[in-house]
Amino acid sequence: MSLLPLFEWCENAGIGEAIRISTWLFPVIEGIHLLGLCVIGGAILLVDMRLLGLGLRRQPVAELARDSRPFLIGSLAVMLVTGPLLFSSEAVKCYYSTAFWFKMTSLALAIIFTFTVRQRVTLADEGRISAIRARIVALVSLALWSGVGWGGRWIGFS
Amino acid sequence: MSGLEFCQWLADTPWSIALHEGPYALIESVHVLTLCIFLGLAVMFDLRLLGVTMRRVPVSEVAHRLLPWTVAGFVVMVISGALLFYAIPVRSYQSIFFRAKVVMLVLAGLNVLVFHSGIYRRVSDWDLAVVAPRAARMAGTVSLILWVLIVLSGRMIAYNWFDCYKPQSALVTWLAGCVPGDLVK
Repeated sequence: MSLLPLFEWCENAGIGEAIRISTWLFPVIEGIHLLGLCVIGGAILLVDMRLLGLGLRRQPVAELARDSRPFLIGSLAVMLVTGPLLFSSEAVKCYYSTAFWFKMTSLALAIIFTFTVRQRVTLADEGRISAIRARIVALVSLALWSGVGWGGRWIGFS
Repeated sequence: MSGLEFCQWLADTPWSIALHEGPYALIESVHVLTLCIFLGLAVMFDLRLLGVTMRRVPVSEVAHRLLPWTVAGFVVMVISGALLFYAIPVRSYQSIFFRAKVVMLVLAGLNVLVFHSGIYRRVSDWDLAVVAPRAARMAGTVSLILWVLIVLSGRMIAYNWFDCYKPQSALVTWLAGCVPGDLVK
């Protein structure tokens, strides 16, 4: 079954149409989406850099993970509200956009990875996780979230 | 030579045209995504000053370990930003959002200067304080506000609402530095 009718419905539902017609709504929502990107970027980098032995490497990984967690969750929530709003205004364009599907795939994988494998590693006791495993987790996390970012930026160019 | 004439001269240089027609989207993506490194980490530092994250980490440790990455990110931001300007000089020069962004960037720079030459010199006195002294919290707050506005105005440069080729109010015409010839373009 094709998802196209669903996407068409999203685009023609009230919110999507209101955002599309308005001069200011899309840019403002997109601006908030971009601010969310800065915070989520900082929250993820702080921990992934630490796992790679960079940045705040004298702090325990678990402490940094706990400290940055509210900002990770908070900014992700902002992204998951503003993102679908942006999507609803141009759902059909997204349906035909490779960048959009690339981003959604990366996003699903990034969220699952972050809250399963990565979370278990970051919250584990120091010493129980080998340096090599920590590094691999950080690199996978950075690759997945970078995919989300690049894919997102490229939706605008497609 | 006026600023506008200089930008018109820039726009006619071969490299400007090549950038505009070539890797513009790629450079813009680098500019946007480097925000995560530059601003993401700067925001974490500001939030530490405000005492809302990494409360048990000494402020000097956060500065020492994160600010080099922020500086590196900033270098990428400046280079990519300058290339984006060089690719579209006249329109950027006459954009009220670009102008607002430049003013706020200068203010953000002054804020960094005031912080590092002022309260941060005595960081050893308050390194472990969960909530930093007033002057440091002020610096963090001013930084966060300015960067929110800088990101938003940067994003808005892409929109043509206030471009000089459209009829604009006297205020916008003045702020954007539009000249009579712009309307016919």
